[in-house]
Amino acid sequence: MHIHTSEYDPHSKDQIAKPPLDPHLKALENEAIHIFREVAAEFDKPVMLYSIGKDSSVLLHLARKAFFPGRVPFPLLHIDTGWKFAEMIAFRDLMAEKYDLDLVTHTNPRGKSEGVTPFTHGSALYTDIMKTEALRQALDAGGYDAAFGGARRDEEASRAKERIYSFRTPEHRWDPRNQRPELWNIYNGMIRKGESVRAFPLSNWTEVDIWRYIQAENIPLVPLYYAAERPYVERDGMMILAEDPRLELLPGETVQHGMIRFRTLGCFPLTGAIRSTATTLDAVIAELEIATVSERQGRAIDRDQSGSMEKKKREGYF
Amino acid sequence: MTAPKSATAPLSASNVVPFVEPLKAVRDSRPLRLITCGSVDDGKSTLIGRLLWDTKAVKEDQAATLKRDSGSQNDLGLPDFALLLDGLQAEREQGITIDVAYRYFATDRRSFIVADTPGHEQYTRNMATGASTADLAILLVDARAGLLEQTRRHATIASLMGIKQFVLAVNKIDLVSYDKAIFEKISHDFKELALSLGVRHVTAIPMSALKGENVVYDGRAAMPWYDGPTLVETLELATTRSAQAGAFRLPVQRVSRPGESFRGYQGTVAGGSVKPGDSVTILPSGMVANVSRIVTFDLVRNAAVAGDAITLVLDRQVDVSRGDMIVSMDGQPMTGLNFDAHLVALQPGGIEPAKRYWLKSGARRQRVTITPVSQLELSSGKWKPHHETLAMNAIGKVHLSFDEVAVFDPYEQNRATGAFIIIDPDTNNTVAGGMVTAKRADLGGIHREGERVLLSLPADLADELMASEAFSARRDDVDIRRVSAARAADILDEIE
Repeated sequence: MHIHTSEYDPHSKDQIAKPPLDPHLKALENEAIHIFREVAAEFDKPVMLYSIGKDSSVLLHLARKAFFPGRVPFPLLHIDTGWKFAEMIAFRDLMAEKYDLDLVTHTNPRGKSEGVTPFTHGSALYTDIMKTEALRQALDAGGYDAAFGGARRDEEASRAKERIYSFRTPEHRWDPRNQRPELWNIYNGMIRKGESVRAFPLSNWTEVDIWRYIQAENIPLVPLYYAAERPYVERDGMMILAEDPRLELLPGETVQHGMIRFRTLGCFPLTGAIRSTATTLDAVIAELEIATVSERQGRAIDRDQSGSMEKKKREGYF
Repeated sequence: MTAPKSATAPLSASNVVPFVEPLKAVRDSRPLRLITCGSVDDGKSTLIGRLLWDTKAVKEDQAATLKRDSGSQNDLGLPDFALLLDGLQAEREQGITIDVAYRYFATDRRSFIVADTPGHEQYTRNMATGASTADLAILLVDARAGLLEQTRRHATIASLMGIKQFVLAVNKIDLVSYDKAIFEKISHDFKELALSLGVRHVTAIPMSALKGENVVYDGRAAMPWYDGPTLVETLELATTRSAQAGAFRLPVQRVSRPGESFRGYQGTVAGGSVKPGDSVTILPSGMVANVSRIVTFDLVRNAAVAGDAITLVLDRQVDVSRGDMIVSMDGQPMTGLNFDAHLVALQPGGIEPAKRYWLKSGARRQRVTITPVSQLELSSGKWKPHHETLAMNAIGKVHLSFDEVAVFDPYEQNRATGAFIIIDPDTNNTVAGGMVTAKRADLGGIHREGERVLLSLPADLADELMASEAFSARRDDVDIRRVSAARAADILDEIE
């Protein structure tokens, strides 16, 4: 598999060539590392949610930095709906091997036993079962008391009000009206047995920050973020990648080919591509800077209704 | 009185439109954190919405969602910004703002993190939260109303939380016919208020957030008499708070021992700087060592400064664990069992005297008892004696008593090592935030060892005694309680 960027090696001779991070990204990096260390020290059994996307890639990079020269001291958990892009799964396994990570994957058995698919159950119910419910199953099975996630406050209105340590009940519920106050960078990690915390080291990052950091740190990404000639079908106003044999064409649909890429990555039937000629990181960033729509616009699950993210989060979604 | 001029030449409006041109490779500033204080009536939602809108931080699909939700626009054809800001379902349904929200926008000079706090409901609690990390406060007033009691409240809380830069946004200036005299009267009054709080960096700006005048773009066409900076220009030039000037502080978060050959202490530098060869003290144990290396993922560094997340390697085997603080040998923080602090009560149960709480500061968590001494009356800015429970939203002066040695700097000198939170052991909730002001003598008063004498005197005779030089020289050794003659008799009887 071809990875677009060469991994930066801190022990190679050309390390001097790497320019220092600008103060803005450095401040964000320092804050994220601080959060990683605090959670790892305060909780008995942390885990990192790894979704393979660009935010997760940044999160993983920061985790490696936070605990260097040690290895990442907690497992990575991937909730595999079974409908991810094939390139994502290949990339995930490559990263786990390359960085000596403990990778845990979980798929809700109801997917197979009850035949839950994004085509048959609709995006809302499908997401509830294969993502939210699956996540609760995996967190319970692992007995994790803290879970890192890559959510950013600039992504969505309800996230703008979420704490960096987001307290969850034993049922994984988030109560937005009853959050613990969070002052300075002093985090309250005290919980009872069964309760847990979701920790968000990237809370204060914006989408532009993520891309600029990927560029500055040479962080490897799933190639789907870069434009290439790919097959797709148009459905419900979205361009869906047409590589997986499980995608059945509806009457009137045809497979087309064109230069496309993805701004976010999720389940392939629910993630829309954009037309793009940006085949390099520089070109992707240049496109982003003149973008007039937000990144989540391509995600079907966020569009069901305003407040849908808050509803999902209350039920235990990340 | 005229508005202060910015330190550099005014920027042209075209400089502050972000993301249209490719970003520069290196931004020259750290992000500025700020808090907005004011209510819906002052136009706060409109101001923040205007900042996000004019800096292109709101994308088209988000605006479309807004329009779909509200079905209405204001008379300038802009979406209802309040809906953009109030992210929770209950807020949208009830038309209120519940909680602190964080907003992000950027110009090509700098990026900004705004803590947006509700103006009315629970304002003290939410303001304290937002102000704890802020470098600057924007205080919003309606030009028609001028300064209100809430302006004083907001300014008082902001200054107490350590904010040293204020921007007074005199909003809705269009509704008073852009009257220069009105603006000058309000900014004059406000500067007097700020000075009384010890805040000297004040910029007053006349603006119309609704029309976008003097927010991101200048309002010269409507207000030719104002030649000061716009709001965004002021924010671009503001300074971020840094503890780099102080002495070295590293609260240890974690000990890294990936193998027998490596032992490093991980944490974020909370003050000053450090380099290999520096002599350090580990607190509270008092052991000393020298720094041998500063390790980071990228390379072995020859120095680290406040804000850097690092791993420190010492030149000898010493006992260091999470919660300890590694500090410069020649500039040490205060250590002791008793401290004075300011405290903001954040939960309905308040802060009870004599209850044992958890206190967390840096990476250290320890038991503490809190004794209220006085409470701030926000309407007047005066401290009133108060020894009972501090109710939610109360700001108090308190004594902190620890079982084990605590380590602090005064908050005025170092925000990171002077701040703490209080956790209720019954609920595990965060019930207060606090700022250490000074250390108290550990062995003074009734805690001093040796023989003591209890006297019961008429109040006037006691006052005379206390006025003497001999008395005042040893004031710290004395405990005084004023009680009725009958109560004094009871207490003395009890000793018999």
